[in-house]
Amino acid sequence: MILTPQTFDQIFPIAKLWLLGFVPAGAQPLASAILSVVPVLIAFPLLFAITTWLERKGLGRMQNRLGPNRTGPFGLLQPIADAVKSLTKEDIVPITADHVVHFLAPLVLVAAAFLAYAVLPIGRNMVIVNMNAGVLFFFAIGSTVELSVFMAGWSSRSKYSLLGAMRAVAQMISYEIPMVLATIVIIMQAGSLSTVSIVDKQAGYTGIFPHWYVFTPWGIVGFALFMIAATAESNRSPFDLPEGESEIIAGYYIEYSGFKFALFFLGEYLGMFATSGLAITLFLGGWSAPFSFLAWIPSYVWFFAKLLVLIAAFIWIRGTLPRLRMDQLMNLAWQYVLPMALINMLVAGIWHFMPTGPARWLVCTALLAAPCILLSLALKRKQRFQVRTYRFAE
Amino acid sequence: MVGEGILKGLAETARNFFGSYVSKERLTTLQYPEERLPQIEAARSFPFLVFDGSDWHQGMRCVACQICEKECPPKCILIKKSADKKPDAVGKPQFYPAVFAIDISVCMSCQICVEVCPFDAIKMDVDYDLPTDDRFGGLLFDKHRLAKSNQYYHQIHPTEAAAVDAALAEARTKVEAKAKVAAEARAAAEAKPAPAPQAQPADGESR
Repeated sequence: MILTPQTFDQIFPIAKLWLLGFVPAGAQPLASAILSVVPVLIAFPLLFAITTWLERKGLGRMQNRLGPNRTGPFGLLQPIADAVKSLTKEDIVPITADHVVHFLAPLVLVAAAFLAYAVLPIGRNMVIVNMNAGVLFFFAIGSTVELSVFMAGWSSRSKYSLLGAMRAVAQMISYEIPMVLATIVIIMQAGSLSTVSIVDKQAGYTGIFPHWYVFTPWGIVGFALFMIAATAESNRSPFDLPEGESEIIAGYYIEYSGFKFALFFLGEYLGMFATSGLAITLFLGGWSAPFSFLAWIPSYVWFFAKLLVLIAAFIWIRGTLPRLRMDQLMNLAWQYVLPMALINMLVAGIWHFMPTGPARWLVCTALLAAPCILLSLALKRKQRFQVRTYRFAE
Repeated sequence: MVGEGILKGLAETARNFFGSYVSKERLTTLQYPEERLPQIEAARSFPFLVFDGSDWHQGMRCVACQICEKECPPKCILIKKSADKKPDAVGKPQFYPAVFAIDISVCMSCQICVEVCPFDAIKMDVDYDLPTDDRFGGLLFDKHRLAKSNQYYHQIHPTEAAAVDAALAEARTKVEAKAKVAAEARAAAEAKPAPAPQAQPADGESR
């Protein structure tokens, strides 16, 4: 076999085909599914372990601390120590909790988080299922997360967890809408719901520059809106009201301990990786290289490099921004992100029908910049609060 | 400009992130077991018993007066008086503690025992590194464990220890002078044909 860049790029599909050769024909569909799923089940939890370490180190450095540095060199074995700790901890279930639902909630969360990876193209020819409604499937599965969060909050029978679950559900439903609307521009432009063909459409180059959708006025706005919504969807700072350590301790998973808590943690990070992966697929050209002369580097390396960049951005944001208030959160969703997503769809349509050239750029940028500034000014407007009167209290 | 605050904040955290790798003085973390801050002189943790000289038992200043035991708010001190006597720091024969124990799991480091001690025998230590895997026996300090030399006291609280030493030296000279006077009086009385039978040595219990 000749070791060309193409071989390295396709090493996983080739290995899978080679392994399938040993399996009898009748068992091949099952074996093929297992061989596709298992690497995802290994790679992303591993990435989760690395990310917890990166996050603690990064946040520490942003706060002029050292971060974990006791377990292994640079604290690299910290995830293992955490895993051992959470595995050996006592699993406490409140006596009044609904035991079945309490047990199922973390499982549903992790299962839903893993299912979303089914449609993410991790590399060239590296997707578990090439669904022709892949983006739709992703969002359909993503909404299961809300279910599991509410299951956890409700079944714990604790005020804090119920409060956290209420907040989480309100927040996730509010941000799901702008998230989906922000992706519609991509679907309009690509003319397909399949994640694989969306990436294929972005894989070409003009000179050395790629055809990523993020390099258009509506693409960059869509990307920004998508990332805001994704941050809120994954309950991360500054949208971490459902967890709110300082107010409601840990929100919906306050009554979880030991390995179930670790599962929640895992599910949350897997959800974050999945939405980041979708953002990469839709806006950042999926597995395609950022410059044509870098195309020799295997496609899956590019996917994970982009994923790590987005994770770093998430950590950076978390280290910077304070938590929003509930009304600020809702105002941002309904008064800024949602109108901008709708305007963005309009602009994407105009872009599609205008002739190529600088005029198209100018018109679309102006059409997006004006409402962006106006809407943010409206958000910044000082709100006058009324003195609250109580009808029944006096 | 909209979003200016967010950008400023991001720049600040980025400056901190990279700055912490460049300049060491940004990092305020102390790698505790390996490096420690220098102790300040007024620091205190738990009481200890001062002894003079090299023999911890012979030189112990405590005379088992039990004032500290009575004053201790959480009642963490246990003292049992000895039957016999030995000379104290200033040279007078005194009782000494047969048992002196402090339960540092109960002690609240209030320093009241130190304030009330008339013999400068109990002082506050600065040692805080006292972990043990036996939370009952390991935290109950007996007489031997509590006894620490006057040199050690000078090391941890130099100013205070110097003042105490000066006071003790003064007391010692006073006692010696008194003893001398008494000895002279006795000698004079012995020289006379009819000695007074009630002539007592000055080294009584009172102080």
